Amino acid sequence: MSVKRNAVVTDFVANHVRSIPRSGIRDFFEIVQSMTDVVSLGIGEPDFATPWHIREAAIYALEKGKTGYTSNLGLPRLRKSIARYVRQNYHVEYDALSEVLVAVGVSEAMDIALRAVINPGDEVLYHSPCYVSYNPSILLVHGKPVEIPTLAEDHFKLRPEALKAKITAKSKVLILNFPTNPTGAVMNQQELLAIAEVCQQHDLLVITDEIYSELSYGETHCSIASLPGMRERCIFLHGFSKAFAMTGFRVGYACAPVALIEAMMRIHQYAMLCAPIISQEAAIEALENGQSDMEQMREQYQLRRNFLLNSFREIGIPCFNAQGAFYLFPRIDQTGLNSREFAVRLLEEQKVAVVPGNAFGASGEGHVRCSYATGMDQLEVAVERIGKFVRSL
Amino acid sequence: MDQQLLKLLEENALVSPETLAKQLNLSVDQVKSRIKHLEEAKIILAYKAIIDDDKAEFQTVKAVIEVRITPERGGGFNRLSDRIARYPEVTSCFLMSGGYDLLVFVEGRTLKEVAMFVSEKLSTIQGVLSTATHFTLKTYKEQGVMIDQEIAEERLKVSP
Ligand SMILES: Cc1ncc(COP(=O)(O)O)c(C=O)c1O
Repeated sequence: MSVKRNAVVTDFVANHVRSIPRSGIRDFFEIVQSMTDVVSLGIGEPDFATPWHIREAAIYALEKGKTGYTSNLGLPRLRKSIARYVRQNYHVEYDALSEVLVAVGVSEAMDIALRAVINPGDEVLYHSPCYVSYNPSILLVHGKPVEIPTLAEDHFKLRPEALKAKITAKSKVLILNFPTNPTGAVMNQQELLAIAEVCQQHDLLVITDEIYSELSYGETHCSIASLPGMRERCIFLHGFSKAFAMTGFRVGYACAPVALIEAMMRIHQYAMLCAPIISQEAAIEALENGQSDMEQMREQYQLRRNFLLNSFREIGIPCFNAQGAFYLFPRIDQTGLNSREFAVRLLEEQKVAVVPGNAFGASGEGHVRCSYATGMDQLEVAVERIGKFVRSL
Repeated sequence: MDQQLLKLLEENALVSPETLAKQLNLSVDQVKSRIKHLEEAKIILAYKAIIDDDKAEFQTVKAVIEVRITPERGGGFNRLSDRIARYPEVTSCFLMSGGYDLLVFVEGRTLKEVAMFVSEKLSTIQGVLSTATHFTLKTYKEQGVMIDQEIAEERLKVSP
């Protein structure tokens, strides 16, 4: 038997997978990884370790021998906690046992939500700059990604006119992500109402990724699922990664009307079976007793955001006062560099990593993403170096 | 606002007024005058470093002493407690509820020194009824700081 040569081996890879472009972040990651003494503002996850009582709940679960599968939808107690949490904080009612699905992070929840609703060729709209996985996730389910650029001048909000301009007879789903990775943009109730109206007029299903919702520093967060008539056309996605600093636990959830959860469940049960039980136990602890830890972390993020924003102003880098997540998305095109040049030179000359804005879609060009999920000591060094870099240009 | 400022200083007393100003959306002068006010009002009592004695190779012996004392008419426990707290060997001193009255933290260079303090000074004070001394063997956490710091596992330097 002969071993297939590499060129031929690639032939095994499905066409639509082959056509997915390399991630801009991964490219950049490899350059950063090869260097030492880098101060990184390129990290999209909390720098805090998971609060101890939550880790402790995971340890306790192990000690108690909780090492098996759970029901496909997740531990009933966790689903009840989730339903309560969503009711109290987002003002949407979901039945704990039939309208909540515990997934392996929002990542899996997004994937199965798309798989459950997209027929080949259906168009999926999303505002950009956006989280890097939306476009490929849509391609992987044979949907057609339709990007709606948003503007820095408008604080990267999605406007009904911009949405309408991209709607066609094939439009089926709108993905929303407020607060937004990478811009920190938020939308208030009034602004969401305008979007909800368009969704109803054009019969769009909304998949709303609200993973950063606890990390809102201005007006209280509003979920589009809570607006009149929207519950029935929303899949609400949320998780524990950001607010509870639990990225490594890989646990998140989807809430939606029964028929949609049932459809997602058909995929989840065969593809994943269930989310890890230890993580589910930890998630229960997070929801039931994690509020004050979460608030303390939020307070830290807010102080850091203030620091970073005020520092950018001092240096002369324009940046809008982003009200959510843990990112600032300053404008750097006035330096005469594009976002990749800026990021690469900043890295090479001052050893500070930021992510080029165009990694999050073409509309991110001219910006870089700076994460403040990093300790104040690091932020102070980063700001000093960025100042030096900008002055040297 | 002062609460937030105090919390930040409690976490790290060395943070510069410039950084505090940016974090709290204040001017540097505002921060400086607030800190000055907090110091004058004795709300901020002192700034100190927290040191790992073992690594610093400090020869220190620490003990916690449970002390029972007689309350006095008028002053209750205050006069005696204040007197005990004044000894330089005493690093902290608290009035407690429960089976004893004062919890006294002491530090000395040797076991003998601490033992001498208890037997010669503390127990001989008029009004001290009894003492029970516990020597510390190993420090795991000091004033909110873990001695064996968790080594943050290699974080990815860039992630989505
Ligand atoms: C907008 C957004 N959605 C989803 C995720 C992934 O979340 P999870 O860890 O729950 O899979 C991230 C992580 O960076 C994100 O930024």
